Amino acid sequence: MSLLEIQDLKVCYGGIVALNGITFAVDEGKIITLIGANGAGKSTTLRSIMGLVPITSGTITYNGVKLNGMDTRKIVEMGLVLVPEGRRVFPNLTTLENLKIGGYLQDKAHEQQSLERVYELFPRLKERHWQLAGTLSGGEQQMLAVGRALMANPKMIMMDEPSLGLAPLVVKDIFSIIKRINEAGVTVLLIEQNANVALRTAHTGYVMETGNITLTGPGRELLENEEIKFAYLGKSK
Amino acid sequence: MLKIKRNHLYSIIVLTLLMVFLYWLNANRLQNGMLVSVLQKGVILALVAVSMNLLNGFTGLFSLGQAGFMSIGAYTTAILLIPVQNLDGVYYMNGVHPAIRAFKMMVASSPEFIQIIFPFIALLLGGLLAAFAAAIVGIAVLRLKSDYLAIATLGLSEIVRAIFSSPQFDQVTNGSYGLNKIPNFPPMLWGAIPSLITPFIVVSICIVFIVFLIKSSYGRAFKAIREDEIAAEAMGINLFKHKSMSFIISSFFSAIAGGLLAMYMRSIEAKTFSITLTYDILLIVVIGGIGSVTGSVLSAFLVTAAKEWWLRFFDQPLLIGSWQVPLFRTGFRMVIFSILLMIVVLIYRRGIMGTNEFSWDRILKRLKFKRSKEGGKK
Repeated sequence: MSLLEIQDLKVCYGGIVALNGITFAVDEGKIITLIGANGAGKSTTLRSIMGLVPITSGTITYNGVKLNGMDTRKIVEMGLVLVPEGRRVFPNLTTLENLKIGGYLQDKAHEQQSLERVYELFPRLKERHWQLAGTLSGGEQQMLAVGRALMANPKMIMMDEPSLGLAPLVVKDIFSIIKRINEAGVTVLLIEQNANVALRTAHTGYVMETGNITLTGPGRELLENEEIKFAYLGKSK
Repeated sequence: MLKIKRNHLYSIIVLTLLMVFLYWLNANRLQNGMLVSVLQKGVILALVAVSMNLLNGFTGLFSLGQAGFMSIGAYTTAILLIPVQNLDGVYYMNGVHPAIRAFKMMVASSPEFIQIIFPFIALLLGGLLAAFAAAIVGIAVLRLKSDYLAIATLGLSEIVRAIFSSPQFDQVTNGSYGLNKIPNFPPMLWGAIPSLITPFIVVSICIVFIVFLIKSSYGRAFKAIREDEIAAEAMGINLFKHKSMSFIISSFFSAIAGGLLAMYMRSIEAKTFSITLTYDILLIVVIGGIGSVTGSVLSAFLVTAAKEWWLRFFDQPLLIGSWQVPLFRTGFRMVIFSILLMIVVLIYRRGIMGTNEFSWDRILKRLKFKRSKEGGKK
């Protein structure tokens, strides 16, 4: 059984259909990626899983528990966390305060443990623990956003475009960190527009177009797919 | 560690000096009437400002309902504390509700110990009543955001005022006649703390509580909500729970301050708690720095002193030789006050303290910096 199973998920914003009945699964311990153009419904998928957007129909099952209509708080408690799009760190709080908010639902003893683990993964955050998050560089803010999510001690982490607005070298760093997080046993669901890096990193990829999943396969295979090369990787047929 | 110890030492010295000063003031209160009343009003407004800052500055909920909650506290405290023998004098138009009289008789015949702490019970009851009102109103109002929340809370505060001055409540709130003969601040600890110092102690306790709250994980959650609601929610922070918590706590302390204000003014009416009171407090919060507790406290004293005392000079006609300086007449100080405010806001865009808090390290650093600069000159 997969860790996360999405069955026929449909989400509407008013009259607009954002997700038109998508079905996919995330196996435990894997890196899964959803790629697609703007407006394909990638972010909506993550938001509906976290309970931030109401679901029209379909089911979301995580670890054997149905998530439909559940409180975000409970979902985070069950070890499923989201790194929101555009990083969304708390700009006027220090790095350390940001991290502590990530571990909000943890007790004090676990908080210290999680903090040490995050610092080990991102030594840079330890150096800058007193600095206001808004004054960090883009890459550091992304590290902070990931670190903040890891503070909740998650089983599965979902990331919404971690490469957004970052220099190519920094993107490389972020993805190597994603791999390390995964190797530590955390399942990763990744949303990306940068299909090249995402498919190289992921075990399995799903391609989304206007609210539907149109293609599925192992990351490397999709990378070789002519359609994808044409649509997302900028190579001519 | 050494630094922390040193800072504690400095704090203790300053607090002791403040206490000595307050006791000195108590001994010489007759010569320093203006100073006493400015400091007492300042400290009461400081508490409202800090509680407003908790809501507006730390949780990011722009609420303008402070005056309403203050009036709940003030009226509760006043009604509970007016002595039995003065009841007929106060409610001379409509008479007092028999239940209130009966309750007061009961208190008056209770053991002395209860009578001594009763003023504090009254303050607490006022606070709890306001907190309860906030909890109920919050369910509806806290779903709104920014400007809409401000308008809703503004309206709410006006509704409370209208209820208190309505003829239907004549026998409880004395309608539009207001309440007077409210006893002054009670002494604390069997007279060890004279009544003049009581408001300072009560307010200090309340502000210390708020500071601890802000420093706790709840305070961090409040700030997270202020910074980014969606991100905070994604971290598993229950938005509604924390917003209403902040709203309730802020209302509670506003009402405590309202109760103290009733004791300070000795007589209140519904008009005392009109929108302008909220604006005055908002002004203190903005001048002090939105998101700074020390800023609010500092500016509460500065604003009160400037308004009530230092600028009085402009209200009296001034003669230079036989020439009377134009404009110097009653009310002119408010013009000067407004101009000063504009200047302050233009110079300190983010208030006197910004979002910073008082710290010994910062002050010492600044002193050292100055000293080294002077040294460099030589």
